[in-house]
Amino acid sequence: MHELSLAAIRRALEAGDFTAAELVESLLGRIEAHDGNLNSFVTVTGEQARAAAAESDRRLAAGTARPLEGLPLAHKDIFCTAGVRTSCGSRMLDNFVSPYDAAVVERLKAAGAVMLGKTNMDEFAMGSSNETSYYGPVANPWDTARSPGGSSGGSAAAVAARLVPAATGTDTGGSIRQPAALTGITGLKPTYGRVSRWGMIAFASSLDQAGTLTRSAEDAALLLGAMAGFDERDSTSLDEPVPDYVAGLDRSLEGLTIGLVRQFFDEGLEADNEAALRAAAAELEGLGARVRQAELPNIGLSVPTYYVVAPAECSSNLSRFDGVRFGYRADDPKDLLDLYCRSRAEGFGAEVKRRIMTGTYVLSAGYYDAYYLKAQKVRQLISDDFRRAFAEVDLIAGPTTPTPAFELGAKIDDPITMYLNDIYTIGANLAGLPCLSVPCGFSAGLPVGLQLIGPPFAEQRLLACAHQYQGATDWHRRTPAGYA
Amino acid sequence: MSWETVIGLEVHAQLATKSKIFSGAPTRYGAAPNTQACLVDLGYPGVLPVLNRGAVVMAVKFGLAVGAAIAPRSVFARKNYFYPDLPKGYQISQYELPIVTGGSLEIVTDEGEVRRIGLTRAHLEEDAGKSVHEGFERLTGIDLNRAGTPLLEIVSEPELRSAQEAAAYMKAMHTLVRYLGICDGNMQEGSFRCDANVSVRRVGDGKLGTRTELKNLNSFRFLERAINFEVERQVDLLEEGGTVVQETRLYDAERDETRPMRTKEEANDYRYFPDPDLLPVQIDAALVEQVRATLPELPDARRRRLGDEYGVKADDAVVLAASPALANYFEASAAAGTSDGQTVANWVLGELSAALNRDGLDVTESRIEPAGLAQLLDRIADGTLSGKLAKQVFEAMWTGEGDADAVIEAKGLRQITDTGEIRRIVDEVLAVNPEQWEQYRSGKTKVLGFFVGQVMKATKGRANPAEVNRLLKAALDGD
Repeated sequence: MHELSLAAIRRALEAGDFTAAELVESLLGRIEAHDGNLNSFVTVTGEQARAAAAESDRRLAAGTARPLEGLPLAHKDIFCTAGVRTSCGSRMLDNFVSPYDAAVVERLKAAGAVMLGKTNMDEFAMGSSNETSYYGPVANPWDTARSPGGSSGGSAAAVAARLVPAATGTDTGGSIRQPAALTGITGLKPTYGRVSRWGMIAFASSLDQAGTLTRSAEDAALLLGAMAGFDERDSTSLDEPVPDYVAGLDRSLEGLTIGLVRQFFDEGLEADNEAALRAAAAELEGLGARVRQAELPNIGLSVPTYYVVAPAECSSNLSRFDGVRFGYRADDPKDLLDLYCRSRAEGFGAEVKRRIMTGTYVLSAGYYDAYYLKAQKVRQLISDDFRRAFAEVDLIAGPTTPTPAFELGAKIDDPITMYLNDIYTIGANLAGLPCLSVPCGFSAGLPVGLQLIGPPFAEQRLLACAHQYQGATDWHRRTPAGYA
Repeated sequence: MSWETVIGLEVHAQLATKSKIFSGAPTRYGAAPNTQACLVDLGYPGVLPVLNRGAVVMAVKFGLAVGAAIAPRSVFARKNYFYPDLPKGYQISQYELPIVTGGSLEIVTDEGEVRRIGLTRAHLEEDAGKSVHEGFERLTGIDLNRAGTPLLEIVSEPELRSAQEAAAYMKAMHTLVRYLGICDGNMQEGSFRCDANVSVRRVGDGKLGTRTELKNLNSFRFLERAINFEVERQVDLLEEGGTVVQETRLYDAERDETRPMRTKEEANDYRYFPDPDLLPVQIDAALVEQVRATLPELPDARRRRLGDEYGVKADDAVVLAASPALANYFEASAAAGTSDGQTVANWVLGELSAALNRDGLDVTESRIEPAGLAQLLDRIADGTLSGKLAKQVFEAMWTGEGDADAVIEAKGLRQITDTGEIRRIVDEVLAVNPEQWEQYRSGKTKVLGFFVGQVMKATKGRANPAEVNRLLKAALDGD
């Protein structure tokens, strides 16, 4: 049961092969059995899941099934869930029970999906290894001594280990694609504004975008159809029609031009990763696509640009966590300043503090022009590079990460090395572009990802390309040993 | 050597929208603490702001009324600082690109001179909540009902030259925002507030002096007193060879003094940057024209028209124009009768306003209609009533005894203008007061007043005063 994709589960539920309740019990059992090692869940919502599954079974029996009726999934703990703790991986929100549902949660719930729990993540989504979480690191099911990546590490590990068929995630600089690549699953980050940010705890508002972690492009298409669409509560949400992503999956690659980014083949890219990527490009060519080279001359500036823009926004976004109205409050504050200082010093972890300080610095009087304003200009240059590239190619391809999963503890004390893990993913966030990562091979038994990037609102084209690729390959079907 | 005062004002006008600037929570004043603050106002994790279109329209309306430029594209920015009544740790405001730039406002000085004061800008922002100290032991309460209430911050150029001019400016601004219907102007409730930037320099000095910013000026009177205190403090300091420190000072109305709040060094670095949760505000020409079509006649224009069309003098025109309802009453009354505009203005600002005040009535609830007042004033004009008698008639009309003619008839208050009759009474009065007549003859002409009083007494005040004077003098002087 746990090996089935969302699409297969939907067919099985409709055929009556098993009930939503049986499925939920089976998956809760797997979480119970395996998550002690993985630590992919922060909160398991068994009771709510059982109630929702019972409702799904009633609807399935009554013939009033909704589009995602009875499909189990987990939410990254960055999405507010009414009545359920929403921790954002932080001590600051360890005691925070949200009074409302995020738009993503609300829409998936309304479509009939069943939430099994909330997944572990880097604190406030700041990290690339899931080691900054207040709840401890998540283990990669392919090798539990290694990181599943981050910040959506819990969602990625849970899906890769078949604890849940799908999970939501958020991607500010690669936080869906990088863990998807490192755990051998499919991760989709839609166009900025495609999915509402209402109820998604903000890290860097101009970069954050909700997406999916699934075992196939088809499942991503299924979920995105329910998640996407205009939301008047989010001023940056875009009022664009939502196509039927599933119906568009069968579009052939014939006539599609894919550009391999020359600048991505740098000294940081490990040989096995490069080989897997070259093989994937050949496979896409075999499926009818034209593969050529693409240029993104300024892409090398994306990491420094990102590490000015994202911390600047986060330093302001995280000011609301002050110990006054919700969340962690220090014991016996002497006065107001002490309340602020100790609540934040004790409530936030090291990486969050590092970014708040960096962001505060780049926005300070006298430094704003040199850092923040300059970064915004470079961001525009990077965006322009993509626009020029898309005048010549339909999709851009490259590696998702320079290396396969690294060992837990290997980079956590060296922020710069850690930041460079996102070197290939950050550009799409700076330009607001849709992108995904699909498994395309292995390096010493660890999964490697292929990244595809499209022009704005090209999710359908991306998903179709990934789906065609997954029809011809079986990398995405590989299951880590011990989780079959 | 004399000093020149330089003042610039920052007025904060709460916009009269039903809901908040970035949320759907109501803006009503006086509700139980924290009952009008939704998750957005509370700055909960994951919430996002959505701009209230009504607030934008009101800002545009203001901009058009002061002849300012309306920015086709303006940007909301975050002003970052920590304070318990600021839930998000930042205030959403406008910084580099405000919605309104330039424009001006006319004020009338105490000398009746009209001055045009330039405006720097006006921008939209959200109000903060309030800290509540009463009723808490060693604790501070936070009421976030006000958090997110839309504000228009209107910044003047440093062109005001005295506390009195500053007060005149604040009054003119107060009048304008109420004319436009964009602010209720309630200063007790904090709907209309003001900070003043004050500096002094030697007359003729081209460079501005170091300024201080005065806060907590929640009435016209306090504004004037605070500035006067501050100017004196700065001049004393400079004359003693000291220097003014750039700082924020709080006005204490009870002690009538300003006290330092924080110096420039202690001031926050607000780390403004464009709010990534909000798109730039785009205003097209069509919206501007649509709003322009809703503009009422503005106080400056009306004040000028009351002068040009009705001959009302400048200071009275200011007072009349300050209240649209009062000005409407004036115009209706002036149109219904034959009296000159200044006479009507005297009565509207005198007897009528006093009666309204006494009974706590709004001019729209007046017990005398504009046409009724016009009729009364016509009876002065045609000589039926003296001014004094008219006041009696007014009181009777006010208490519901009928219109002017009915009261005059019923009470027999018609003025006696018949020369023969008045002369007869004068002769009688002189006859029964030989002693005083003697005094007059011996040069004590002041007793004329005594005789006037006696004649008026004999006629129950109905004799035409001018005739009485003329005839008495003629009789006393013996010609």
